[in-house]
Amino acid sequence: MKMSKRKTLGISLYILFVLVPIYWLLNMSFKTNEEILSSLTLWPQHFTLANYEVIFSDPSWYSGYINSMLYVSMNVVITLLVALPAAYAFSRYRFVGDKHLFFWLLTNRMAPPAVFLLPFFQLYSSVGLFDTHIAVALAHCLFNVPLAVWILEGFMSGVPREIDETAYIDGYSFPRFFVRIFLPMIRSGIGVTAFFTFMFSWVELLLARTLTSVEAKPIAAIMTRTVGAAGIDWGVLSAAGALTIIPGLLVIWFVRNHVAKGFALGRV
Amino acid sequence: MNKTENNKAWFLVLPVFVLVAFSAVIPLMTVVNYSVQDIFDQNNAYFVGAEWFREVLRDPRLHDSLLRQFIYSFAVLAIEIPLGIGVALMMPTKGRMASLCLILLAIPLLIPWNVVGTIWQIFGRGDIGLFGAALNGLGIDYNYASNPADAWATVLLIDVWHWTSLVALLCYSGLRAIPEAFYQAAEIDRASKWAVFRYIQLPRLKSVLVIGVLLRFMDSFMIYTEPFVLTGGGPGNSTTFLSQTLTKMAVGQFDLGPAAAFSLVYFLIVLLVSWLFFTTITHMDKAK
Amino acid sequence: MISWMAWTLPVAVFFSVIACILICMTVYEVRSPCVERRGFLPIATTRGDRLFIGLLSSAYVHLVFLGLTDLNLWIPLALSVIWLAVILRWG
Repeated sequence: MKMSKRKTLGISLYILFVLVPIYWLLNMSFKTNEEILSSLTLWPQHFTLANYEVIFSDPSWYSGYINSMLYVSMNVVITLLVALPAAYAFSRYRFVGDKHLFFWLLTNRMAPPAVFLLPFFQLYSSVGLFDTHIAVALAHCLFNVPLAVWILEGFMSGVPREIDETAYIDGYSFPRFFVRIFLPMIRSGIGVTAFFTFMFSWVELLLARTLTSVEAKPIAAIMTRTVGAAGIDWGVLSAAGALTIIPGLLVIWFVRNHVAKGFALGRV
Repeated sequence: MNKTENNKAWFLVLPVFVLVAFSAVIPLMTVVNYSVQDIFDQNNAYFVGAEWFREVLRDPRLHDSLLRQFIYSFAVLAIEIPLGIGVALMMPTKGRMASLCLILLAIPLLIPWNVVGTIWQIFGRGDIGLFGAALNGLGIDYNYASNPADAWATVLLIDVWHWTSLVALLCYSGLRAIPEAFYQAAEIDRASKWAVFRYIQLPRLKSVLVIGVLLRFMDSFMIYTEPFVLTGGGPGNSTTFLSQTLTKMAVGQFDLGPAAAFSLVYFLIVLLVSWLFFTTITHMDKAK
Repeated sequence: MISWMAWTLPVAVFFSVIACILICMTVYEVRSPCVERRGFLPIATTRGDRLFIGLLSSAYVHLVFLGLTDLNLWIPLALSVIWLAVILRWG
């Protein structure tokens, strides 16, 4: 009992550490610029929704959210579609070059983005995809697919092989077995993977900014625009920042039980 | 698990291979091409051989930012991995509280990186930010904009704030995978808390920890956005990490050749470190 | 379409050689699958592992020569080829 109290205290302290800067962001988003820059106030003295009004009334702001959501969802779908069969192959079979292929996939997370931006820009321009959502979605696959394969492979290796074999003996074809039996068994893994791909695609800025100009400009890139002549519009910026958290919260809300239930498979 | 030998598995991997090869190999080839030429614009490029490599390898800027980068990445791992494990161990195991903790912990991960920088830019200021003001109030002379050590520590703190949750979430899902029977057996044996951690929990955490360590190493090694927003690499060069130096060269001065050579060297370094880590871990597995 | 990639002959040769090596190794592997074994390297390796180790260390050999000496690059290249052969045979 004493132990669990210490644990509760510890976790509460850590969560406090996590939340205080976020509170500060919310706090700023309800303040006027003068108040933000003039003094230290723990809560808004002149509570205002003006910052949010700016965002919801200006299409160049809210379209950023729509663009980001579009390419992020595309990315999650593409990533899961290609990563699921690949992860199955890695977890079940040995084939020529498997380990090296796996490592090569991982190396794609290591490339420093700064210099790769120009080739990326030119590659997607030359195939006519510049400034489309799909271009960003495809580019984000570069770092999300390896991660997805990696996480899914771990989950799939937790499923005993006997299940595959029994299903084949029962006359299931591979696609039917995969969709009807196997996927439901690893759905928590899919949830967790979807969360991670969503997250990394949602927060990435450099590639998304480089590959878009008007039509598909992501919210994070629009935010850098507020660094204008009159200095930074902190209020609007923090309101926009606060809003960027919401879609993520929704996603984590949907997968929370999957993470919480964990790899239920281990207990079967 | 013993796997069967089957080269038809390649068909399952093919989509991934094609997709990643398209966005990885073509740009990589282009960067290699850049690295051996002096590029003025689209039509004026001169072959210079290995000259850029020679130049960047002897450039003290590279050595400095490389050293800073290693120290930084090491510090990130040394803090975030133990802290993440600790947080995962302290989390409630079931019920509403567990879900709530998960959601709260995940929040920092979901904030776009430039917003993270923005938050801390104000939050850390001594006059109008809570964190800076609190430190100053405690009598610590803290100013991230003028004191290099403070700036460095702030970037590190941001990273801890931002990414420890990732390690914690990974460990948490790893911990939940441990069958209840293991704990019961440990209780019957009257194993101490430490023994439970050392012999039951830690071994089961290994696979998620490998993911965590590699991800944090790779990502912290090319950290760019947060220090860029927070301090722009300053004061002095204290928070100028590899990516900053690189971006300054490639975008700021349009020195594509040297920047490309630099990033290839950098890529080789990450490749080597990650490969060593990966191989060591997998071979430790086999030795058992 | 291709012009933006700024191709130069040496780089093209380099990537073709790498591609050739990979293709040859794959064919060789399919024809006669290799077993993992222990050579002078501290870990048991397959043929593919040795190739990777050889290529990565060759890259570092080149970097060392570039960084520390002004010697002609043909020297580290020759060294690397020998090293690659050694590591594939006895590594």
